[in-house]
Amino acid sequence: MAHYDFHMPVTEAQVRALKVNDTVTLHDTLYGIRDATQIHMFDRGRTTKFDLRGHAVVHTAPNVRWVGETAAAPVGYEPVCVGTTTSDRMERFTRPLMEQYGVRIIIGKGGLRQGSLDAFRDLGGVYLAVIGGAAALETTWIEQIEDVDLHDLNPESLWKFRIRGFGPLLVSMDSHGASLYTDVNTQARERRAAVLASLGVKG
Amino acid sequence: MQIDLKQVEEAAKELYIRALKRLPPDIKEGFTGLVRRETSATGQSVLATMIRNIAVAESTDNLLCQDTGLPIYNVEIGRAVQLDGFALKQAIRKGCERATTEHPLRSSVVHPVTRKNEQTSCGPRVPVINIDFVDAGEHLSIEMIPKGSGSENNTFLHMAIPADGIDAIKTFVIDCVLNAGGKTCPPTIVGVGVGGTGDLCVHLSKVAATRALGSRCSDPEGAKLEAQLTDAVNQLGVGPQGLGGDATSFAVHIELAATHITMNPVAVNMQCHSARRARATWTPAGLEYGF
Repeated sequence: MAHYDFHMPVTEAQVRALKVNDTVTLHDTLYGIRDATQIHMFDRGRTTKFDLRGHAVVHTAPNVRWVGETAAAPVGYEPVCVGTTTSDRMERFTRPLMEQYGVRIIIGKGGLRQGSLDAFRDLGGVYLAVIGGAAALETTWIEQIEDVDLHDLNPESLWKFRIRGFGPLLVSMDSHGASLYTDVNTQARERRAAVLASLGVKG
Repeated sequence: MQIDLKQVEEAAKELYIRALKRLPPDIKEGFTGLVRRETSATGQSVLATMIRNIAVAESTDNLLCQDTGLPIYNVEIGRAVQLDGFALKQAIRKGCERATTEHPLRSSVVHPVTRKNEQTSCGPRVPVINIDFVDAGEHLSIEMIPKGSGSENNTFLHMAIPADGIDAIKTFVIDCVLNAGGKTCPPTIVGVGVGGTGDLCVHLSKVAATRALGSRCSDPEGAKLEAQLTDAVNQLGVGPQGLGGDATSFAVHIELAATHITMNPVAVNMQCHSARRARATWTPAGLEYGF
């Protein structure tokens, strides 16, 4: 269990070095992405001006405040509360995000499925767990909203955040085929019969 | 007792913001209990982060969670209250919209077909406004619940049959918790509706999921089932955030209703660890905010 500090973007080798139960803290740049963002990118043919190669995306749709363009808010938005949403709904976008845009790190809560785990192995990627619902804390890791694309989808736009000390985040799915979610789920299913028996349920 | 509807509008706005920022004391105490029993190091670490987040939200006056949820207002009207019910609903809707635009809050509400977001947290039939008439005198209470989608997406109805018996209810609850895994942002409150019609059963599961921790089902059979199922779901090892551990749920809550001789419905609705709610109560002494 090692800890890493990553200044984004990262290389494939950096990501492949990570194993489940390691922890990572990110610095500099992070992109926010969501259901509608990816539906428009992958189902409706829209593209982004951002170069996501080697970058991390977090499954989010932030609360923002319009303050007008200033030095501290280059595109007019300041963050109010930035948190993380359940990743599972966005499972089918993992591989195209990596193949077409070169994304290396997905940050979310609740985990992704086997298809994403395969993509991490094939293409060199990793899933980092942030604590869902801990958005007040997560917001203190965000310095600024640097830019925004697919603006009409607000709050599900593609957000570019400047970050400092974003983490520590737990490596919960790695590029070597390991997933804490699979492990926990398998163990829980093994306990199911005993739990039902303790409730007097006849098998 | 006459109610000033302008004050209701202000309260509907205030309640949405309050609910998003402060967790009720019973939920905070619930965390203390879970920490005491958690044996997994990962589970302890996740719970510690959640508790730290509650403190950060209070010290920075920020929202606990980014998910502003689907807004729900539960209204209780006593017997000695005179008001224009339609105007009350309008006032609540206006307050909900103003919280969103004036704070500002993320509008998490879209039209279900066009997916258009009006940026008001309002849309057809939303905010959800439930109205009940209670056996109290000069009393009006409005409870606000911002229901997060991670937990709400794990809502399930099973129209079991009488021959399946109580075993069907127990098995369904266990399987819902297993299948939800980390997606519901555990530790959760597992709300279970038992009996009624299909729609009433689902509604009761939501009532159960949003009840204060420490409260019990008023029906003794329901209360017995609550205790059994609370122990059982916490034997599964799903743990905080589905990363493994003891603290899968704060509690299983049950609400029940009579049902048909041919029916045995069970519904599950979950509440995430950010189990937010806020309440405004009007009495002859005035308006008071709480949980």
